[in-house]
Amino acid sequence: MKNTGFIKAPLLASLFAYPVLFFATLQSALAQDAGGIDAKVNEIFSLATGWFVNLIFANLPGTSFPWIVLWLVVGATVFTLYFAFIQFRAVGHAISLVKGDYSNPNDAGEVSHFQALATALSGTVGLGNIAGVAVAVGIGGPGATFWMILAGLMGMASKFTECTLGVKYRNEYADGTVSGGPMYYISKGFAERGIPGGKFLAVLFAVFCILGALGGGNMFQANQAHAQLIGIFDPYPGWITGLIFAGVVFAVIVGGIKSIAQVTEKVVPFMGIMYVAAAMIIILMNYDKIGWAFGQIFDGAFTGLGVAGGLVGALIQGFKRAAFSNEAGVGSAAIAHSAVQTSEPITEGVVSLLEPFIDTVVICTMTALVIIITGQLTSDPATGLYILGDNGQIVTATGASGVALTSAAFGSAFSWFPYVLALAVILFAFSTMISWSYYGLKAWTYLFGEGKTKELIFKVIFCIFVVIGAAANLGPVIDFSDAAIFAMAVVNIIGLYFLMPIVKRELNSYMSRLKSGEIKKFKN
Amino acid sequence: MSTKLIVGLDGSGSGDRALAYAKRLSKLIGKCSIELVYVVEWSPYSFQTPEENASRHKRREQEIKTAMERVVQPTLDALKADGFTAAGRVKHGDAADILNAVAMEEKAEQIVVARSSEGGFTRRIFGSVTANLVMHASVPVTVVG
Repeated sequence: MKNTGFIKAPLLASLFAYPVLFFATLQSALAQDAGGIDAKVNEIFSLATGWFVNLIFANLPGTSFPWIVLWLVVGATVFTLYFAFIQFRAVGHAISLVKGDYSNPNDAGEVSHFQALATALSGTVGLGNIAGVAVAVGIGGPGATFWMILAGLMGMASKFTECTLGVKYRNEYADGTVSGGPMYYISKGFAERGIPGGKFLAVLFAVFCILGALGGGNMFQANQAHAQLIGIFDPYPGWITGLIFAGVVFAVIVGGIKSIAQVTEKVVPFMGIMYVAAAMIIILMNYDKIGWAFGQIFDGAFTGLGVAGGLVGALIQGFKRAAFSNEAGVGSAAIAHSAVQTSEPITEGVVSLLEPFIDTVVICTMTALVIIITGQLTSDPATGLYILGDNGQIVTATGASGVALTSAAFGSAFSWFPYVLALAVILFAFSTMISWSYYGLKAWTYLFGEGKTKELIFKVIFCIFVVIGAAANLGPVIDFSDAAIFAMAVVNIIGLYFLMPIVKRELNSYMSRLKSGEIKKFKN
Repeated sequence: MSTKLIVGLDGSGSGDRALAYAKRLSKLIGKCSIELVYVVEWSPYSFQTPEENASRHKRREQEIKTAMERVVQPTLDALKADGFTAAGRVKHGDAADILNAVAMEEKAEQIVVARSSEGGFTRRIFGSVTANLVMHASVPVTVVG
């Protein structure tokens, strides 16, 4: 008995000692290595992606204007003119479609227009609206807001085109599931019109879509969620946030724990409404400055008010961040919208018009107004020009940039709001990741075929990138995220140019049947 | 022309009580047919993930099949064995709306439902199916206790 007692004591002691020792080592490792792992990740990541970023953001010869921005502007303008300002003509019809006025009651139980729109919105409304806008006005000044709204309005036409095609050329499988998106409409639509190269473009799109899913749809989200967390808690290494996020994402997309995603999908819309409501209150509290803020937006749009690059600088930032936020022309929304139940693809195109409107024209503008009105951007009282720091960005009241700038702006009105915003950012980041993991997966299975192991490989890669995204610095992450998403737009818009006559035919046929009363409302 | 009765089924004891009463009514009326309606609660305004949307059509088919096989068909078979004229269907949507819509479509004489089994918190927030039906129905409604 004595003997066993003697043995037991050290055994017990060591059982307790090991975890304590482990945590002590971990703690000292963290203390010594604060930023060590992060710095390494950042360095490798910048080296690996630099060339791709440089290619996408190359300036037009002899100018300081990135060709990709022109590409997006031209695309949105072409679609706006080709469809004769569909974004203004069809808004009323879009609202009655979402309300279900034209939905056949016998289709109840299928995906409604409302659900397709809400799902697509939860993939786009997110950090682009909170952090992206802060980046835009932080570099491009208030004038960037004007270009952002314009890009949002024009982007509605791009979205209309791609979402109509997404539904028209989706794959409907024997088991009742559907898959749609640019890879399907480019390959099928080109074949239908007898244009060569469809398959090649579709594959190219799928490759960029996977990169976009890992970049903007994943790393940028993880990165900014971490930035938000260290703004509230004491700074700690990003890879820890990354591991936690990756764990939860893994549980949902690999473990199939639907309840987490379902809870997020239900909470996110309320967070969005609350965000807009808080912004409205702050704007109304400063109602005397609303006129001044719009003055800054218009003056800045055409003069730049001293920002780096002047007018062009403001325009580039506005268009870039609008495209990043509402994803019009990128092709991702076409994947999300294609699950809707409708016999008329044009109806989903019309419904999708509302997406850039809600995302950019409403929510992004709210963020920008709050940042401007709460005086986050410092200007020289003598000249009225904004003061630039060494990095070419406008010096902010608190020195913050990105999501921290938005947080500071809201926090200056309600001291508790940064906590709510942190929760919103984390939930938005999470729901965007879940949406993009699906977009990326669709592109992946388009390339490699469906199958459990193949899907698992992508999902694991996706989770690894969550950790990388949280650990790397904002600069390289945002560059790569933008580059990947815009690369998708390059391929998608080429596809849309070739396929837009098909959309026009559908639109004309639908509109004439709507006018003649052949397409009737089921509800009054 | 025969009289038609709509009976709301929900796969629980309350559905059976409604059916028992409808059978009694049917015998009293004589030339009468019973239309069974099973409603899968569903709203077009709920929020879903992209993956749920992609497999929604498949899920809907499964839901209809399951309800038909487990609830509607066995009840129909029993009714027919007892010599009743009966038909049945499964629909998605708001139970009160659907029962009323089917009653209108079939030009039914009345709707028979049983007092709903849900209670407490849910009923306080959303109101019960029975209460909604009684308030909005276009044909007489009999609520069985």
